Amino acid sequence: MDSVLFQGLIGLSMAMYLWLISAGLTIIFGVLRIVNFAHGSLYMVGAYLAFTFYGLLGWPFWLAIVLSLLGTGLLGFVMERGFLRRIYGIDEAYQLLLTFGFILILDDLVKIVWGGVFKIPQIPAFLDGAWSVFGRPFPVYNTFIIGIGVLVAVGLWALFEKTWWGRTVRATASDREMANAIGVNVPRVFSGVFVFGSMLAALGGALGTPVRVVAPGIGATMIIQAFIITVIGGLGNLKGAFVSSLIVGILSAYGTLFFPVFELFFIFVIMAVVLLVRPQGLFAR
Amino acid sequence: MSDLLRLEGVSKRFGEFVAVHDVTLFIPAGRLTAIIGPNGAGKTTVINLATGALAPDAGAIRFKGDPVTHLSIHDRVRRGLSRSFQIMNIFPRLTVLQNVLLPVLCRRGRTGVALTPVEGEREAVAEVERILGEIGLLDQRDAPAGALSHGDQRLLELGIAIAPGPELCFLDEPSAGLTPVERATVLELIRKLFAERHTTFVIVEHDMDVVFSLSDWIVVMNRGRVLAEGPPAEIRENREVREVYLGEELTA
Amino acid sequence: MGVRPSRRLAVFLAALVAALFLFPLVARSYSLYLAMQILILSVFSLGFNLLFGYAGLLSFGQAGFFAVGAYGCAKILLAVPNLFLGLVGGIVAAGIVAFLLGILCVRHTRIYFSMLTLAFGMMIFSIALKWRDFTGGDDGLVGIPRAPLEIPGLLTIGVANLEQYYYVVLVVSLLSVLGMYRLVHSPLGLTLQAIRDSESRAEFAGVPVRNYRLVAFTIAGLYAGVAGALLAPLENTITPPIAHWSASAEPVMATLLGGIHVFGGPIVGAFLFFMIKDIIVRFTQYWLIWLGAIVVILVMGFRGGVLSILVERLMPWRPTRPMVTRRKA
Repeated sequence: MDSVLFQGLIGLSMAMYLWLISAGLTIIFGVLRIVNFAHGSLYMVGAYLAFTFYGLLGWPFWLAIVLSLLGTGLLGFVMERGFLRRIYGIDEAYQLLLTFGFILILDDLVKIVWGGVFKIPQIPAFLDGAWSVFGRPFPVYNTFIIGIGVLVAVGLWALFEKTWWGRTVRATASDREMANAIGVNVPRVFSGVFVFGSMLAALGGALGTPVRVVAPGIGATMIIQAFIITVIGGLGNLKGAFVSSLIVGILSAYGTLFFPVFELFFIFVIMAVVLLVRPQGLFAR
Repeated sequence: MSDLLRLEGVSKRFGEFVAVHDVTLFIPAGRLTAIIGPNGAGKTTVINLATGALAPDAGAIRFKGDPVTHLSIHDRVRRGLSRSFQIMNIFPRLTVLQNVLLPVLCRRGRTGVALTPVEGEREAVAEVERILGEIGLLDQRDAPAGALSHGDQRLLELGIAIAPGPELCFLDEPSAGLTPVERATVLELIRKLFAERHTTFVIVEHDMDVVFSLSDWIVVMNRGRVLAEGPPAEIRENREVREVYLGEELTA
Repeated sequence: MGVRPSRRLAVFLAALVAALFLFPLVARSYSLYLAMQILILSVFSLGFNLLFGYAGLLSFGQAGFFAVGAYGCAKILLAVPNLFLGLVGGIVAAGIVAFLLGILCVRHTRIYFSMLTLAFGMMIFSIALKWRDFTGGDDGLVGIPRAPLEIPGLLTIGVANLEQYYYVVLVVSLLSVLGMYRLVHSPLGLTLQAIRDSESRAEFAGVPVRNYRLVAFTIAGLYAGVAGALLAPLENTITPPIAHWSASAEPVMATLLGGIHVFGGPIVGAFLFFMIKDIIVRFTQYWLIWLGAIVVILVMGFRGGVLSILVERLMPWRPTRPMVTRRKA
């Protein structure tokens, strides 16, 4: 029984990683109606920046995270202002293709700057070690991730429900012409949301650095998982992304426990089942 | 009963908003019916329910006596129910001829033919040329549809709508956005098609001149319900209708 | 209606086909190998473009079906040394898998469709990686023989050396090109293009849209399968990366490069793709960054692709079509 509960806790921390990477993707889609293929690459850049400041330069962990968010946010700004903005009017397939081009560029760029080898820095001392949960050691760092995930969820809820900026963004998401008519600067909201989403991706990447490998290909792995989460949850639906992260994280934790062979496969099965039952995702808009 | 289409107690809501409430409507064959009403009265929703674009929350729909409430759109088209759209809906990158060819091939069960050239479908092409002649677009048959003028695109859409050879055809604001001259052309065409083909038309229109000059029967909708129906002269005199909808235009 | 190829174009195409048949007389083995890669990518991309350019569905998972074709062909060749069986088996397997996954994918369009195909393509990649007993896992399948092509009672051809195998690839590719040309100019091709232009108008013209999308999806899967099945005996070894989504990107690139609205676009694009790659990798190991830059440039400024530009220059009488449909509100 305890081992079952313990595995649930493992699943919960997996779920929070999934949540962090899919939240930004789904927010960007919800407002801009763009699926950012390069979201995983932003995650990767965030991870590499955090690794550089924290692992290479030895700066404090929190400072490394903040700098990583700022750096990735700037990259997001350039992507939106310099490129995406110019093709909003045309078929969305081209927006997918453009962000796909970014993946190729960023993957190689990262190799050029940091080299092609895997990197894992130390876990910061104050987050290292493990508690005893159900008589087994559970890493403090995973607990920290669960905490951050919940904090981000609450923070996003408050941002979109309680603040003026959040309401502006939601108005733009539901009807951009109307928002424009009542004086919202829609292009600025788009840039802001894209940068914000990029920073969320970077947060996932930066927090992952001490426990997950940092390597050139991770962006691609991440984006697949984030896609599946958003498809299951319903495109553009933040609550859906949170719930489906929990479902996928926890179910895959049990899946790997009972059917280790299907570790990579499990998440696809969940997606196929959800699509058969509810083609628009669990929480369609 | 020679009712072509029967809507029996049909309702549709979108969240809180009741778009169509308990509408019962009989469309007999051979009568040109117009549905009028202010914006948001539920006119287009009625078309969407009748043609299968939306499923009703309650009620039943019969076409030629058969229940079609849960049939797919293309099945209803095959049975003889067709429509045009309020917002221009054509195939912009196909040629004019190809636009009308698609529904004709479809009715002839030829759309799945995979390895012989489309030019080889001579009977279908000949039929399309007849239709293009009727709607007056034969000389533009090889132009991309997206390059036509707005008025010609409206004519083309009419051509696509009648190409399946429907017994009942809904026209959703066929003269929207047209100049007076173009509008007269479209109206003349509808009248001609109605006279020459065995197609029963139901049109949704805003322009009252069009409605009263064209139709034999008028259905007035308001807030998702049928307010009144009858021949144009009767509707013109109907007090309730005048108050709700026609007031200004007729007293002016 | 379709524009009849002009006489000059017909002469050019005949010369091209003749040159392709004579190519092994002058080419060294590296050039032959490259030519086969180009032919295989051409077939792969033509299938992709049936979905994208003609049916309006952007798939990022075609490598999955390519891999099913390759692994299917390889498994058969490792068991029964007959290339004919291997090719047919691989192609049929890819078609079946495409049909089954297609049932799920074609319920969606646009972005959803792209994401789903990407995810299911990666599912096939995971299977190739994880199902060691069948696929060999990381190591893949090795020692795939270029077994003789045997059609019982009809013919037996040895294809062991590269020149012989080149003719197999060439003939299969030419047949595939011809088949696709006929398909896109047939009533079915017209129906798919109509669905691309307006799904609702097509449905109201009486077309069961979803079924036709499934047909297009399955045919694209079959073409990916043809390409994959041809690759296995060429390489002798196949590994999971052929199923990875970065492999799905190759037909996307080739098609974008050549042009999505011209029939020959994907073929010209496949040629350009390998030429550009061949040149860039001589100077740098970082070829993806250049590829990415090319994609960005094409999307920002040249969405019609190279062949569309040529067609407009060389055949001014041909009606130019709008290159991009504007997004509906």
